[in-house]
Amino acid sequence: MNQMLEDLKKELKYEKTNNCVQCGYCLPVCPTYMTMGKETHSPRGRINLVKMVGEGRITDLSVLEEPMNLCLGCRACETACPTGVEYGTILEAARAAITRRKKFSFPVKTLRNTIFKKVFPSKRKLNLLTDGLWLYQKTGLQKVAQKTGITSALPFNLGQFEAITPTVTSPSERRNRFKRVPAKGEKKYTVAFFTGCIMDAMFQRINDLSIELLSHVGCEVLIVENETCCGALHAHSGEMDEAKVLAKKNIAAFEKEDVEFIINNAGGCGAMLHEYDHLLAEEPEWHERAKEFVKKSKDISQILVACGGVPMNKQLPGRVTYQRSCHLTNVQKVTKEPVQLIESIPGIEFIEMKDKDMCCGSAGIYNIVNYDASMEILDEKMKNVKDTHATTIITTNPGCLLQMKLGIEREKMGKEARALHLVEYLAEAAGIV
Amino acid sequence: MIDKQAIEDIAKIVKTGRVLTEESDRYSYSFDASFGTHLPDVVIQTQEVQELAALVRYANEHKIPVYPRGQSTSLSGGPLPVKGGMVFDLSVMDNILEVDEEDLVAVVSPGVLTSAIHAAAEKKGLMYPPDPSSSHVSTIGGNLAENSGGPRGLKYGVTKDYVIGLEVITPQGEIIKTGGRTVKNVTGYDLTKLIVGSEGTLGIITKAILRLIPKPPSSETVMAVFDSLVDSGRAISRVLSSGILPAKMELMDQASIVAVENYQPSNLPVDAEAIILIELDGHPAAVKEEAEQVAKVCREVGAREVIVPKTPQEKAEVWKARKLVSPAIVRIKPTKISEDATVPRSQIPEMCRRLQQIKEKYNIHLVVFGHAGDGNLHPNIIADKSDTEEMQRVEQAVAEIFQAAVELGGTLSGEHGIGTMKAPFMEMELGAAGLDMMKRIKEAWDPNNIMNPGKIFAEPGQKLVLR
Repeated sequence: MNQMLEDLKKELKYEKTNNCVQCGYCLPVCPTYMTMGKETHSPRGRINLVKMVGEGRITDLSVLEEPMNLCLGCRACETACPTGVEYGTILEAARAAITRRKKFSFPVKTLRNTIFKKVFPSKRKLNLLTDGLWLYQKTGLQKVAQKTGITSALPFNLGQFEAITPTVTSPSERRNRFKRVPAKGEKKYTVAFFTGCIMDAMFQRINDLSIELLSHVGCEVLIVENETCCGALHAHSGEMDEAKVLAKKNIAAFEKEDVEFIINNAGGCGAMLHEYDHLLAEEPEWHERAKEFVKKSKDISQILVACGGVPMNKQLPGRVTYQRSCHLTNVQKVTKEPVQLIESIPGIEFIEMKDKDMCCGSAGIYNIVNYDASMEILDEKMKNVKDTHATTIITTNPGCLLQMKLGIEREKMGKEARALHLVEYLAEAAGIV
Repeated sequence: MIDKQAIEDIAKIVKTGRVLTEESDRYSYSFDASFGTHLPDVVIQTQEVQELAALVRYANEHKIPVYPRGQSTSLSGGPLPVKGGMVFDLSVMDNILEVDEEDLVAVVSPGVLTSAIHAAAEKKGLMYPPDPSSSHVSTIGGNLAENSGGPRGLKYGVTKDYVIGLEVITPQGEIIKTGGRTVKNVTGYDLTKLIVGSEGTLGIITKAILRLIPKPPSSETVMAVFDSLVDSGRAISRVLSSGILPAKMELMDQASIVAVENYQPSNLPVDAEAIILIELDGHPAAVKEEAEQVAKVCREVGAREVIVPKTPQEKAEVWKARKLVSPAIVRIKPTKISEDATVPRSQIPEMCRRLQQIKEKYNIHLVVFGHAGDGNLHPNIIADKSDTEEMQRVEQAVAEIFQAAVELGGTLSGEHGIGTMKAPFMEMELGAAGLDMMKRIKEAWDPNNIMNPGKIFAEPGQKLVLR
């Protein structure tokens, strides 16, 4: 048999596509099949395209580029799949194969290199960028920019996102965090908190509240030195080698601490951490260590519930709905705990939206690079959000949080509704804020 | 392969929809849930019936194959574009779904999901009974073309029993109406029934009028565990001859019980040879009494355990185990060949015996589960497509399963359709004259053979190939 084709099959993880029986059970849960309306943008359609390449019927890999790029990677199809197809693995392998063969233009290549290899993995560089953002917000430059309409001239529709950028904490606050926070009352667990890169730069307040909540329910919380970006954005963009480098750094950093759990509050990052063992499956010296890491890695909602829930001391009347993080649901399979915590808040009225498990279209940087496709998905989502008449939309991932804020902005619902991370809402009810 | 000019002409006809010709798109419409990859030349999506009719006229004039398709969940190859040409993606025609409570009908366009019809009827206290297990994905157009069944077929019948009117594009591109909104209608030939189950070979269904019935207010479930598969078969016959007609009667054999337990432990007895699940529906008082009677009959025939779940959660648990069979068995090996040969009820035990023999003879992994009450057993063969030698044995075993079903007075297909997969076996069931009559009907309707060519009727020398 043709050796090149055999190599390509291996590279594409072709054997995994054979588990797909093309029953179509993934169709009703796929956001892009719904909005784009053709099989080319359905999970089984994409898997079939990979199959066709592996079987030598499609010889030009660029045929796959658009279908693969327009996938959100929400992995709702994996939850719906009756035969356990590892769609995420197939998607990542296909994207990596495409990226390897793609000749990026010089500016794009430089930008990819800078972002993936320099900015995300570096706390210092992200901090510098965030300093810039803080200055922009504090100096009044933001108001001037918004009033003059300069923001609408930004490339990639970034102007849309400018309006929803969270107010960041000041440089000194961000750099002076405690490295160890004791448990309040009786200590139940010792945990490390995974701060994340974007999460820590843009939403440090949510990270701080997370640490306080953990301490509040009886956890001693450690911040680990040398922690780096989880690598999710790299893996989803086909930069697998870089993702592995980051995974190893994190495993090594957290192994140094004697903790029972490694807690994160970002569904997307958590999912990446949750799959380090898959990522490093072919590296024997790392695989076992990765498995240990994965065993300890938990979403904050899991540990809050395990500690007996959050003691609340405040009524928070209002109607609440919950936009799930796809990667929390479909990869980490954490579905009950966030709902349990929301329902424990005194005074709230919790109402689920239609298609509650459907992605909001945020999907890492999908909403920036595939803006139009993302907005179509968001518009569908906001229809269902509106129908609930909720005044608060809870999320469990920074990307979803920004996307919900954007949705509120687009629908001009700013007066009646707000979007919050679950942690913010719990902190409010617990009287921490 | 159709030429560039034809693609341009087609694009001119389709004013409101989309014409897909990219390689990635064509490959994405080259498959269904059965076997084989067949590349169409062009895929058309439009909600306009007039545009579709004009396309068919064009196709008939230029002898271009036309392949109507829903969401391609077919297990028999029904929508595969085996001769290239045009694929009509009718899943986009999901715009009409009206429930008329007075006439007790639903009027639907072909792309509406079967489950959407279930939900719309239920909202008004009504029921559309056919319930193929893929109803949350399958379109009603596909159900009509293949005459789909489902577990409730036992009591309520299959798709054809609920269709009273159709709008159809003929192979000449005319739009005709068959039947109407009345249950009684004997005006002329019953073309409605001819079109339903004709697998898209006679025309394209663009609208359907479906009969609805009042939704039964209550249901009960009985689960009976047997040490012997033959006893479970006898229990099925005894229940059905005791004056009770359950809504569903599902069978799981030992291989499927073990597969479920290995996949998601559900407290099923792995040493049992068979489990039957029975659902009764109707008036609350009636179903309660019937459930007790069914439990009694099962015990008399030798069930080692009979469970009547009380709460809705307990009931759901029991049915969940049945739903887990399909996903559980593919964990053993990736390729699933799902057959639906059906035998008269009285022959269920004999069919089970023959299946056992076939399993041993060809040394294959065969699991039996399915709609036992109506004789529609689902022998599923689990194999690995990449193992050519194994797949050859599977092909022989499948042929022998068909033969066994026909010998016992049954049929090749209870609900999946003939498509490409079972075409070579048609004569075995129908005889030469019977098959010839069907061919003559096809030739009269579609002399240029443009409508779903390559289906139902085998080409000379065509054999079942699963590789």
